[in-house]
Amino acid sequence: MSWTCPLPLRDYPNIVLGHGGGGKLSAELVENLFLPAFRNSVIENLGDSAVLRVPAGRLAFSTDTYVVHPLFFPGGSIGDLAVNGTVNDLAMSGARPAYLSAGFIIEEGLPMTTLAQIVECMRAAADKAGVQIVTGDTKVVEKGHGDGCYINTAGIGIVPEGRDVGPARAKVGDAIIVSGTIGDHGMAIMSVREGLEFDTIIQSDSAALHDLVEAIFTASNGIHVLRDPTRGGLASSLNEIAAQSRVGMALNEEKLPVKPDVQSACELLGMDPIYIANEGKLIAIVSQSEAEAVLHAMRRHPLGVDSEIIGVVVSERPGMVTVKTKIGGTHVIPMQIGEQLPRIC
Amino acid sequence: MKYLNEFRDGETARKLFREIDRVTTKPWALMEVCGGQTHSIIRNGIDQLLPQGIELIHGPGCPVCVTPLEMIDKALAIAAKPGVIFCSFGDMLRVPGSEKDLFRVKSEGGDVRIVYSPLDALKIARENPARQVVFFGIGFETTAPANAMAVSLAAKEKLENFSVLISHVLVPPAMEAILTSPINRVQAFLAAGHVCSVMGYWQYPELAERFSVPVVITGFEPLDVLDGIRRAVLQLESGKHEVENGYGRVVNFEGNKPAQEMLSRVFEVTDRVWRGIGMIPRSGWRLSEEYRHYDAEYRFDVQGIETKESPLCRSGEVLQGAIKPTECGAFGTVCTPRSPLGATMVSSEGACAAYYNYGRFVQIDQMAMA
Repeated sequence: MSWTCPLPLRDYPNIVLGHGGGGKLSAELVENLFLPAFRNSVIENLGDSAVLRVPAGRLAFSTDTYVVHPLFFPGGSIGDLAVNGTVNDLAMSGARPAYLSAGFIIEEGLPMTTLAQIVECMRAAADKAGVQIVTGDTKVVEKGHGDGCYINTAGIGIVPEGRDVGPARAKVGDAIIVSGTIGDHGMAIMSVREGLEFDTIIQSDSAALHDLVEAIFTASNGIHVLRDPTRGGLASSLNEIAAQSRVGMALNEEKLPVKPDVQSACELLGMDPIYIANEGKLIAIVSQSEAEAVLHAMRRHPLGVDSEIIGVVVSERPGMVTVKTKIGGTHVIPMQIGEQLPRIC
Repeated sequence: MKYLNEFRDGETARKLFREIDRVTTKPWALMEVCGGQTHSIIRNGIDQLLPQGIELIHGPGCPVCVTPLEMIDKALAIAAKPGVIFCSFGDMLRVPGSEKDLFRVKSEGGDVRIVYSPLDALKIARENPARQVVFFGIGFETTAPANAMAVSLAAKEKLENFSVLISHVLVPPAMEAILTSPINRVQAFLAAGHVCSVMGYWQYPELAERFSVPVVITGFEPLDVLDGIRRAVLQLESGKHEVENGYGRVVNFEGNKPAQEMLSRVFEVTDRVWRGIGMIPRSGWRLSEEYRHYDAEYRFDVQGIETKESPLCRSGEVLQGAIKPTECGAFGTVCTPRSPLGATMVSSEGACAAYYNYGRFVQIDQMAMA
């Protein structure tokens, strides 16, 4: 990544407390690092808040905070997670993402080049997702706190007329579709964080899904639920939807798409990919008659080529997710309690 | 994926189920010794698809479950000491001691770290010479070689700030204890494949002969387990009691000789209390005289700990196969993986947790579905 440190920042190869103090150092950081990256007509006003012109209709509004270690990992960084994550939360409401805010909590001593790289990743992700970062904030915390950098983003999107999706709308008979392989992001992070040495490098799937969502709505108006299964993985998302919609879910293990290297890493650690985080996948719950049309539309999209119909919404055992195993048995997939813990043997 | 998918194939599984069904004429009670096998049986729903008469009794082979409460309390005491970095496998952190668990100690400021191998703990010790680094070395013969290796390396490097809290348990004495128990119903064993990959199976022919019980060395994938069951039932039906190796791709008769040599150098056999079962003579390993210096029990003053088990918990009977988890009054009510009363509810290899997590509180006939 090529970033040339602009003149006023050169005296400070690392972030100091003053960069969050609201004085001259803060202003220099905004002017020379954040503004050039996020440049747009709204943020340039540097007002106390961004003033936005929005069309009539419904707005979607969402916020999420990103704490990830390490800051850079195979397939992504905290910067693109912070943009894609909030873009995806908006898209899962059927919204077209438009504006983001960005709040940074930075640990004193973070190299200026690292911050610049993170901001550059955010810019690239925002450009790709077609959203503008229109307001922001920076705080600096003392060394030993903050793990390098935390980012909060909030986002606003416009929900076009005729779209009505939500976690309570799954209906008996609906098909459950997942847009690709599960567990990629979580295992990518775990392999670098824990220094696990696998033969291949597992890549995070971090991606903005709004365009795939557009393709889904173009293909059908029978979309009932959209959800991006991040923390807690597919299992947690499906359990939440089953509870909110008061329906059961019956999955077919054979249909769950899992990359071989992710499966191997999970086997080694005694984990189940169904509980592992994703950052570029979605679940679509759609009426049975539309399932094939939606599946084909998803598979034609670059972010949905591995899409599969993994199960069906049922009336039995409302609130529960069950799976038929490859050998023909059945078990419940519960909500997990805390983190999955690596097993002893 | 080589060695995985071919042992999970649905079509082959159906053939094996049919074969087991065909050869079974009487009811039989089989014990799978290892918690990994229990997990596989419940996760894949193998028990749901077996002929009516074949009962699987879940054995005591969950290392997290049988680690004595006193040892957990010692771990908690050591981990809470200032200056100590306490390293453990992940699933030990949620195991309830008398008062709390390692997660609580961590939240109260103890430096508790999850590692994937004792060698990671050794690395932490090298990097933190001013701190005492303790590794919680538990488990069966499977995990013991790596722990022995860590201690042996520490001694070679004269790493004075490293020690291990050892609570190893041995499978063959536990199998013998089960067979001699007055409540025993086990008629054949599916022996623990990974234990045998280290130890071989030269210890079993005498056991099989003395108790007239078939022993089938069995792996962990669904087809491994099914083949183990098939072999055990065939022996029972024809009145045989032999030792069979059903896990030939991993196990041989002799086992891993260099590992066994290291184990006999670093460890010595000792009497060991099994949580929920009680004391089994000569059923554990502790550090031998030569390596006693690296024993955290000696390095830290953790004597005189008084333990307190929940009076409601019946994990002992579960571990011995006397009852199924669902027969315990606390199961799924006051005892869940979220607030476990006993260790069988903690580890995913524990029979209670496997039953709970995979929904065995739901009637199985209700689960038969598309």
